[in-house]
Amino acid sequence: MALELKLHTEPEVPLEADCICPDKLQSLKTSAIENLTVLHGNRQVPLKAFFECRGEFDGEIMIEGDLVNVKHIASAMSYGKITISGNVGTHTGAAMRGGEIVIEGNATDWLGAEMLGGRIIVKGNAGHMVGSGYRGSTIGMQGGEIIVHGHVKNETGHVIRRGLIVVGGNTGDFTGVNMCAGTIIVLGEMGLRPGAGMKRGTIICQTKTALLPTFTRSCDYQPIFLRHYFKYLKSMGLAISDSFMRGPFERWCGDSVELNRGEILLYAGKLQ
Amino acid sequence: MLTTMRIVNGKVYDPANNIDGKIKEICIQNGKIVDSVPDDATVIDAQGMVIMPGGVDIHCHIAGPKVNAARKLQPEDHRHDVHPSTPLTRSGTGGTVPSTFATGYRYATLGYTTAMEAAVTPIGARHTLEEFHDTPVIDKGFYVLLGENIFLQTLLREKRMEEFDQAVAWWINATKAYTVKLVNPGGDEPWKGKRNSNVSDIDEKTDEGLSPRAIIEAFIISVNKQGFPHPPHIHCNNLGHSGNYKTTLETMKTAGDMRAHIAHIQFHSYGGELGKNPTSKAAEIVEYVDNHPNITCDVGQVMFGKSTIMTADAPLAYVLKGHSKGKWVNADTECESGCGIVPFQYQEHVYMHTLQWAIGLEIFLLSKDPWRVILSTDHPNGGSFMSYPKLIKLLMDKGFRHEEMKRVNQKALANCSLRDLDREFTLNEIAIITRAGPARALGLPAKGHLGRDADADITIYDEMDDKEMMFNTPRYVIKSGVPIIENHEFRNDLIGKLLHITPEYDKKIETVVQPFFENYYSIEFSNYAVDDSYLHDHEIITTGIAKG
Repeated sequence: MALELKLHTEPEVPLEADCICPDKLQSLKTSAIENLTVLHGNRQVPLKAFFECRGEFDGEIMIEGDLVNVKHIASAMSYGKITISGNVGTHTGAAMRGGEIVIEGNATDWLGAEMLGGRIIVKGNAGHMVGSGYRGSTIGMQGGEIIVHGHVKNETGHVIRRGLIVVGGNTGDFTGVNMCAGTIIVLGEMGLRPGAGMKRGTIICQTKTALLPTFTRSCDYQPIFLRHYFKYLKSMGLAISDSFMRGPFERWCGDSVELNRGEILLYAGKLQ
Repeated sequence: MLTTMRIVNGKVYDPANNIDGKIKEICIQNGKIVDSVPDDATVIDAQGMVIMPGGVDIHCHIAGPKVNAARKLQPEDHRHDVHPSTPLTRSGTGGTVPSTFATGYRYATLGYTTAMEAAVTPIGARHTLEEFHDTPVIDKGFYVLLGENIFLQTLLREKRMEEFDQAVAWWINATKAYTVKLVNPGGDEPWKGKRNSNVSDIDEKTDEGLSPRAIIEAFIISVNKQGFPHPPHIHCNNLGHSGNYKTTLETMKTAGDMRAHIAHIQFHSYGGELGKNPTSKAAEIVEYVDNHPNITCDVGQVMFGKSTIMTADAPLAYVLKGHSKGKWVNADTECESGCGIVPFQYQEHVYMHTLQWAIGLEIFLLSKDPWRVILSTDHPNGGSFMSYPKLIKLLMDKGFRHEEMKRVNQKALANCSLRDLDREFTLNEIAIITRAGPARALGLPAKGHLGRDADADITIYDEMDDKEMMFNTPRYVIKSGVPIIENHEFRNDLIGKLLHITPEYDKKIETVVQPFFENYYSIEFSNYAVDDSYLHDHEIITTGIAKG
């Protein structure tokens, strides 16, 4: 039976609840779980001051309520599954190493920041800095998958080094800024300056986008490897048209102010 | 809150008073150690525990403009290491460069009660004192950088030695410092003036006509003549370069029989040729230190993992930035010094890093006089002060040391003698290198021992086989008679004192110094000296007739 957490009091100031993480609940009884410490602003309070706890933890956590002011849920989690049936706050899944987080609502900023493995699925939209590195850090996401069905804001995949970010809708500005490697797939439109400062890695977009002058058009082609990606994404419930799966794609190389070994693939056919 | 307290049944290690693991009663009254206390005094039963004086860190970087720049440079460290507040203590952030409050609390959680900031530019003294006020629990002081001071170098070049002595004393008073710090003497100014220029030999003359040896000699003579409690704290030339042990030996020879302290000596003990892989010259360095009682040193042990290089040796930071290829800071501090900050990672598989780790341990293990070879990691340059317990375990447990040796670069190990060293430090020797030794080297008569009239700075550890665990988790920490940690939990908070000196000087020197300020400094002379309102709780350590 899964552990059920229901938000009964909305926090007035951000609530840091990094204890909502399978690794930290392992082998704890419900009575011990509800007394775990969370930070309400700068005050330490027990988890039960905001959440009603039911059931026993068996590796799965179901969370109910609007958690937009609850931060750091599932930070550094390495196994198990968390299902959130509402919106969720910043830093969800930051530095996670394994397991799965499913968010039925929207996520805010720093979703999966510096994550190392595992999977995050957001059915709604997400905020800025999805899968990015923290300010000052030169390495962002290093593994795993983030799949956002809706739109995301700026700097998605900032300094990403490995892993996959998929956005079903549009991205804001600076998608894949300074990315070291890894893959970003955007099924909608990208904002300004995608791939600025990228060293390696691949950005794939279904819509033509103005690129920086430091990107060079290389060729048009129909990469077979993309079909495997798209087939997988289709199985995850994302709408991928057959024509997009086939290509062709314009291949742009850049960013020449850096290593110039990154690529941006822009769909060059007509969507049917 | 001053407490009258009696600690009973504990095994006391107080090397300064020749007490080596004896069960002895310790009495505390009004923040001092006394012979006896009334019967109604609070009693701590330390059965099965080890009692030592509070730790003294002779060389670390914990406050001031450069430390703050390092904090700002690495925001990613803060998120990973949050130090939450409690009803008694303030919040902060950790990482290799903790925030002010976290620094004080974390030193306390290791049983350290005194720490000396090792390099502050005179113009940064005000900032440092403000940060000290927010660094709780520990007593602290700082060494002021005067080696690259253009005005003092001018006096030296013109051989105005009487005025030089007066100006040194004036600068110490104006900054509330504890002693003089020299960093790569003669090296920063050429580097600031010419791209990538430095001095490479102790007798090499710069464009100003001064050699590093002339600068070092002048400060050693001046400080010893004025009887500062701690001699000049010297970061020698050529730090980190292969073959630099010759420079280190020459620096120590320059002192003759006068007192001098060589900082982070591990970084200055390399053989080999410049530009090639270094070899260990720990044995030669230790032999010289052992045979010259006027020399003290701290080791500057490298610990694997993340560190932050922060130094007034700007050309060194420029070299290291080339290795790390990441973000870095370089700063020119008016007419006084340079500065470089480089986030760094010491890795076991790297030849150089393993050799540095091994040389540090060799210096500890080869030394015959632990009183003068003091434990430090040059926090955060060689590693955080939070790694002291692991370092102590490396010294006390040869089995653990040999296990660790299996994980490091074997080629580097083959170029040093660490594999052949079976010595294990005793608890008494650990008390010397972490408490009694640094307190004696600093000339702090009330620190580092548990004799009558000593400051009641006491740490009580549970005696454990795992020394890392033992030194990581003191059961009690008492500072100035106030129980700060009881049963591993904070019970009180305390600001801690500033330790500084006030050598006498002739006021006429101000009329000599002032015109230089008007011509070259960005601030007015009258605004330069730190006034007494910055002192808060402080203690003046007396200066006297030259010792040694």
